[in-house]
Amino acid sequence: SSWWSHVEMGPPDPILGVTEAYKRDTNSKKMNLGVGAYRDDNGKPYVLNCVRKAEAMIASKKMDKEYLPIGGLADFTRASAELALGENSEALKSGRYVTVQGISGTGSLRIGANFLQRFFKASRDVYLPKPSWGNHTPIFRDAGMQLQAYRYYDPKTCSLDFSGAMDDISKIPEKSIILLHACAHNPTGVDPRQEQWKELAATVKKRNLLVYFDMAYQGFASGDINRDAWAVRYFIEQGINIVLSQSFAKNMGLYGERAGAFTVICSDADEAKRVESQLKILIRPMYSNPPVNGARIASMILNTPDLRKEWLVEVKGMADRIISMRTQLVSNLKKEGSSRNWQHITDQIGMFCFTGLKPEQVERLIKEFSVYMTKDGRISV
Amino acid sequence: AYRTDEGLPWVLPVVKKVEQMIANDNSLNHEYLPILGLPEFRANASRIALGDDSPAIKEKRVGSVQSLGGTGALRIGAEFLRRWYNGNNNTATPVYVSTPTWENHNSVFMDAGFKDIRTYHYWDAAKRGLDLQGLLNDMEHAPEFSIFILHACAHNPTGTDPTPEQWKQIAGVMKRRNLFPFFDSAYQGFASGSLDKDAWAVRFFVSEGFELFCAQSFSKNFGLYNERVGNLTVVGKDADNVQRVLSQMEKIVRTTWSNPPSQGARIVATTLSSPQLFDEWYGNVKTMADRVLLMRSELRSRLEALGTPGTWNHITDQIGMFSFTGLTPKQVEYMVKEKHIYLMGSGRINMCGLTTKNLDYVAKSIHEAVTKIQ
Repeated sequence: SSWWSHVEMGPPDPILGVTEAYKRDTNSKKMNLGVGAYRDDNGKPYVLNCVRKAEAMIASKKMDKEYLPIGGLADFTRASAELALGENSEALKSGRYVTVQGISGTGSLRIGANFLQRFFKASRDVYLPKPSWGNHTPIFRDAGMQLQAYRYYDPKTCSLDFSGAMDDISKIPEKSIILLHACAHNPTGVDPRQEQWKELAATVKKRNLLVYFDMAYQGFASGDINRDAWAVRYFIEQGINIVLSQSFAKNMGLYGERAGAFTVICSDADEAKRVESQLKILIRPMYSNPPVNGARIASMILNTPDLRKEWLVEVKGMADRIISMRTQLVSNLKKEGSSRNWQHITDQIGMFCFTGLKPEQVERLIKEFSVYMTKDGRISV
Repeated sequence: AYRTDEGLPWVLPVVKKVEQMIANDNSLNHEYLPILGLPEFRANASRIALGDDSPAIKEKRVGSVQSLGGTGALRIGAEFLRRWYNGNNNTATPVYVSTPTWENHNSVFMDAGFKDIRTYHYWDAAKRGLDLQGLLNDMEHAPEFSIFILHACAHNPTGTDPTPEQWKQIAGVMKRRNLFPFFDSAYQGFASGSLDKDAWAVRFFVSEGFELFCAQSFSKNFGLYNERVGNLTVVGKDADNVQRVLSQMEKIVRTTWSNPPSQGARIVATTLSSPQLFDEWYGNVKTMADRVLLMRSELRSRLEALGTPGTWNHITDQIGMFSFTGLTPKQVEYMVKEKHIYLMGSGRINMCGLTTKNLDYVAKSIHEAVTKIQ
């Protein structure tokens, strides 16, 4: 007999399952709108030119393959922090922050979740927006935290339920943890306006909540890296010492290279040093030290002025293509004679769109038309 | 990490070649790998560990999880065991690590949630070798179903491995007591220069019908340290069990790093799946192993020529990157302070630090330390 007789078959991943079914489909007109990766106008993966250039530069330097420090490549983490916080950030200049390299967004979120589990004794509760990225819940759960929710998406209007969110958030017990999507909310594409962010910041401050920002789409949402990081920077300016997870999977197209970062804004540089030492103690028994390739590429891009300029243009290009697809989808729906209000498609932002389609409608799209998306009606624009 | 005779890091020639191939291949992109990793990497990595003719592979009862280095493989394995081994979420299952062991073993299993981490006898300081009786005794008295972390070869930090005969005895006790073997294989090929020889213990356990885990690292034998290339090989009773195990490992991976980094896996997969590149790699591995073996024999012969008190055959009996010299803490202090030779307080030296240029100095310094400090 086996040790594993009682091990159940794990349920298929809800998002990957879509791609699996798509692959099996023999219809020549099939479309995969479930994929969480950018595609160009030919439906192909896009390797950024600045990435190719950075790779060539790195190859020419003939660097060794010695282990990175546990906290990652310093040039990368410094540049990541500066990208998120802005070069004029007081927190950055005073050194009252620590940034460690993480395994893209997931790894960075997990490091943060483990850190909170170990050192944030005030609460076990992490409040997620309803809905949130499907993987948030298991990440925090596996880290030993408990999940709660605040209202966020209004299915009636396909937009932000701001009063519901404010109502819920104002009742969150003090010193709980609240997770906010910095921009391009996944899966809804619904982001607060700046005025709404200001009110959220004030409420969160009043409730004395620990703010965990997940920023996976900086630059990729509006096409402007500063605009997309506005909420993060505003909160810090308001004196809220946030923690932040960053991913370079989408905005640099570095998906499989796993480039990401986790940042803690601290009271002072000394606190930052102490926090850093504890983060390293968490990372070492997970994977010892992070992979170099993606971090080197991202660092080369961020730290080389010409490449950085080129990157900003390319990321805007990706964002613009998505925005134009949104616009065209809406106008084509009108042309097809749809009288339904599809404004949310252009109001929403980022890679994903919550179409408002119901499960039965999604099923029909999949079965009859071979157009694949997740059951919640989310499409990858 | 390995160092050349010039004391420098070494990017394997075959790695440079394959990286160039990858860079020139315009069909490649940076898309996500599957959660469990690059299929060609996973299959080749497990094949390297278990052997081309492995019955377990033929019977399709082998699973693989691409991981971030050996550490990542250990952690995924540990997380799985904590959830699914010996009941559900049985954090009380004892986990045994050798005395001494790589210090991160403790942390990996602790952070995975195990509450009872114990040690088993291993290093015999008096005879400067394996304390087999102590080890077997600990296994006899370990609670049934305990997990044992075994170093597949080139024990870290002592460099002292059981002989095949000793491994047979170990396997016998483990089978009888229903103990779970979790192999840590970080030096396959790097230890003796032979992949098969360095994998003998793992393969023997498989042939004895054990279900086991083997955490593999390609950091040292491919010199790919910072690319984080590792693999967790799972050997089960049959394909169905292995399939269910992998589906649960996927869930663990998804909340830890989602999917693994592609660069290092591509390099290894490309190399291992091409007969020509494989041979080149094997040659590179042998270069590293041979240099370390040479440093061992050169150091030993110098110490014996100097008449340094004590026996020094353990230097060549031991294998791999590290050697437990037997130097006492005070002698180590002398080495560090007076001779500026840096080694661990345990007396562990990294053989890769030795070069033809510093052998004489190191030998003389050890001689001084041993004769001056008792």
